Amino acid sequence: MLHDMRPEDIVGEFREKTLDLYGGYRRAVLYTEIETPYPDGKLIVSTTNKDGIITHANKSFVEMSGYTEDEILYAPHSILRHPDMPPAAFKDLWDTVNRGEHWQGYVKNLRKDGGYYWVKATVIPNIRQAKVVSYTSVRRKPSRTKVEECTQLYPTLF
Amino acid sequence: MTYQFTVSPDFSPDHISGWYIFNTWLQKQTGEAIHLEMYDSFQHQREAIQQEKVDLIYANPYDAAMLVRKKGFLPVAKACGVSDEAVVAVSAENSVDHVEQLQPGIKVAVTEDPDIRLMGMIMLEPADLNASNIEVIVNGTYVLVAKQLLQGNADVGIFFAEAFDDLSDFIKSKLKILVRSQISVIHHSLMIGPKFAYKRNEIVGLLEKMGEDEKGGGVLKSLGFKGWEKVDDEEMEFMIDLMDTLAV
Repeated sequence: MLHDMRPEDIVGEFREKTLDLYGGYRRAVLYTEIETPYPDGKLIVSTTNKDGIITHANKSFVEMSGYTEDEILYAPHSILRHPDMPPAAFKDLWDTVNRGEHWQGYVKNLRKDGGYYWVKATVIPNIRQAKVVSYTSVRRKPSRTKVEECTQLYPTLF
Repeated sequence: MTYQFTVSPDFSPDHISGWYIFNTWLQKQTGEAIHLEMYDSFQHQREAIQQEKVDLIYANPYDAAMLVRKKGFLPVAKACGVSDEAVVAVSAENSVDHVEQLQPGIKVAVTEDPDIRLMGMIMLEPADLNASNIEVIVNGTYVLVAKQLLQGNADVGIFFAEAFDDLSDFIKSKLKILVRSQISVIHHSLMIGPKFAYKRNEIVGLLEKMGEDEKGGGVLKSLGFKGWEKVDDEEMEFMIDLMDTLAV
């Protein structure tokens, strides 16, 4: 279950939008223009089950998300969904991994405090005994050139 | 029957005798004849694996997918508290302080160590650098990578972090770290092949207790390890999946 974001958690001036998320969730998100830079040398790693529920998150995931580990574990991965991300990107992600293939793309993620961070994400299906049992997502530091390209492109995809 | 044991060719030269001591210890503990074969390159080692000559390997994580998925190897154990991390460094005289300042066309000194090279290349991505717009200079050792930087033959060096830390203080004073990985979950593993797999649980048990007696403790010291911890199948699958995502 995803709760609406709360104004008392937000740092800085914010805007509000209601998102329709994967799995039939609706969520009111509050977001600011404050970017948290991706930490050098780190990977953000998480695993979700087939329904997109987070079953594992590494320390960098927790730190960058702004949530506690308890808040993150067993939450829908769409807890990080930023309103600037076009739904088409996530549809492409799910279509690709459901075919058993790797998906790679640049993603703007939403923090608990309303801020954001950009990542280069790779999502792969975890195949055990020839069946997809879960998905692992690994994010690394994106180049600013790619981020700037996506900043221009994504608003055109709504 | 004599089983063959081999060690990833990126082992630290300081610990080569440690692997022979470990092999002697393992033979005594298991009662099996095990021959240690040290290959001088990843290519030669992979050829031996393809020819199914290898029964036990302290493997580079880059090779884990091939070993598990194509050759039926199973994970046994990893060194306690040790993970593979990479350092990207330049000469201390270089005006570059951040990876993002690096430009296409630079010369990057590396070794053949496949997981470290992969991690290093990932850490160059924020500067829009990839295999197509850099010149890679492959070296036999990390000391030679450092030498390439000091002599101005390369702009950037990708090092195994442990090897970088083991460089002399003098050499390190002439280098500047731009970024050091903090990935934590990529590690070498002892893995066992199908012919020897019936000994897997016994070897796991022996390794987990290795530090409890003086002799085993001495062997660990010669390897530079604090101890061994079991790697189960799912942990190995997770690392293979992770390596897959990095190779994309």
